[in-house]
Amino acid sequence: MRNKIIYHTLVFSFGLIMLYPLFWMLMSSFKDSNTIFTTAGQLIPRNFTLENYKNGWRGFGNVGFGSFFGNSLIIAFFATIGTLFSSALVAYSFARCEFKGSGFLFAAMLASMMLPGQILMVPQYLWYRKLGWVGGFAPLIVPYWFAIQGFFVYLMRNFIDGIPRDLDEAAQIDGCSYYAIFTRIILPLMRPAFVTSGIFSFIWRWDDFMSALLYINKTALYPVALALKLFADPSSSSDYGAMFAMAALSLVPVVMIFFIFQRQLVEGIASSGIKG
Amino acid sequence: MKKYGKLYKFFYKKSTVGVVMCLPFIIGFCLFLAVPMGLSLYYSFCEYNILSPAQFTGTGNYIKMFTGDKTFWRAVKATFYFAFVSVPLRLLFALVVALILFHQTKMTGIYRAAYYLPSILGGSVAVSILWKRMFAADGVVNILLNSVGVDIHFNWLGNTKTAIWTLVLLSVWQFGSSMLIFLSAMKQISGELYEAAEVDGAGGAKKFFSITLPLLTPTIFFNLIIQLIGGFLAFTQSFIITQGKPMDSTLFYALYMYQQTFTFSNAGYGSAMAWVMLIFIGIMTWVLFKTKKFWVYDQG
Repeated sequence: MRNKIIYHTLVFSFGLIMLYPLFWMLMSSFKDSNTIFTTAGQLIPRNFTLENYKNGWRGFGNVGFGSFFGNSLIIAFFATIGTLFSSALVAYSFARCEFKGSGFLFAAMLASMMLPGQILMVPQYLWYRKLGWVGGFAPLIVPYWFAIQGFFVYLMRNFIDGIPRDLDEAAQIDGCSYYAIFTRIILPLMRPAFVTSGIFSFIWRWDDFMSALLYINKTALYPVALALKLFADPSSSSDYGAMFAMAALSLVPVVMIFFIFQRQLVEGIASSGIKG
Repeated sequence: MKKYGKLYKFFYKKSTVGVVMCLPFIIGFCLFLAVPMGLSLYYSFCEYNILSPAQFTGTGNYIKMFTGDKTFWRAVKATFYFAFVSVPLRLLFALVVALILFHQTKMTGIYRAAYYLPSILGGSVAVSILWKRMFAADGVVNILLNSVGVDIHFNWLGNTKTAIWTLVLLSVWQFGSSMLIFLSAMKQISGELYEAAEVDGAGGAKKFFSITLPLLTPTIFFNLIIQLIGGFLAFTQSFIITQGKPMDSTLFYALYMYQQTFTFSNAGYGSAMAWVMLIFIGIMTWVLFKTKKFWVYDQG
């Protein structure tokens, strides 16, 4: 019994320490902006105020945070839809319709999984510039419609591998083509894989700072990640209250996904064996 | 009619379907990976400031990088330090906490969620700007230390020794997803092995070092490679929190590559840096695979 108490006290307090920075940011966002650092030792605000949220929401120049959130949503949504759609097609091809060279392509895909986005930062920028894409959302959305993230193809292929081939064969006897097997049999069964992939894709696109930094140059088109950076710039007025308020708000979609889809997140990480 | 039938047959053949379904990847791989990488390989042998046409200069960029650019070597040093300290530490933490949480209690789900949440949020700009404020001279870390009696007004981000450790800490803080991977790998270890070990009189430590750890080595190996590669290319955190300062002590490779390309308009040099890193990652992965037989348990 005593061991149990010690165990829970230790594990629980360590968890609190882990989460303390996040609590601190959330609580600071409800404090008067000029008291955040004078009262940083106290977690709970003495005067609970929403002033920071009002100030922060006004944004920068003429662009409010509403637009930034809108931009982030558009980017994350369309990039995710594209990822799901294209990855499912490619995963089906790898899992069920082998052709000459599909083994080689699968190996190329696995290799590209090891290739971090930062390596591609300069090459892709120069290429997208040639295509005339710089300045708009295209570099942040279009490539995802071409299954460029091997992680999702890999995850979905493993999922399709788990679907019994008897189903395909039964459908074939009933006259289904390989296309129809995909749309009628595989696709409806892939829902769990879509949920897991969709969650990860959305979170990654929502948080993607680097591509936005490279390709978006008009404040009106900034996603949230890039807009938050404006608060951290030395040139901008340092309204820390507004900064923490908007930072906390920017985490809300991801935290919501975390609480609603925790099981899928955990399973996605566990089954792929790769850091999410 | 016969011709139509042939075409029809071809279109519905298994291998044709395979190619058609694979097209997004084939096109995407060429258009968004192969072409940009090829293009940048050419630019890496050029002087190219993006605005005016590239001037072929042969191996000039590579020679400058390895012999004439001290900042490059400082960036390499900072990056290696960061990757080789933060990744093993994070994996170690993940392993220890996974061991602690493996023992199921009613609270395990909540603990797991609490430890995992930082991994989900840690990559965001929001957490980076929070980190920046936490470790400033008047930041919350010092204020908390003051309140427990440590009189400190130290700027953690302004010192060449401590600045990089704030980034290491941010990285280790996100051990949660590795912890989940270890937990699921540990669940797959058959209980019979432990029972047999107990019959032979093995204690907790003996069981850990003879069963759990060896059977986890494939998972550790895989995550070590993936996370080291990620560590070599850490960008957002140093870009927002330290900007490479002070005195280039946190100037990570990806950040320097970004600066060369976009701040100093040396896209040729930036391209060369990308290729050097790619080749380095290839060699490192190959070397790690060579060491596999010495420490990674082979289930086959």
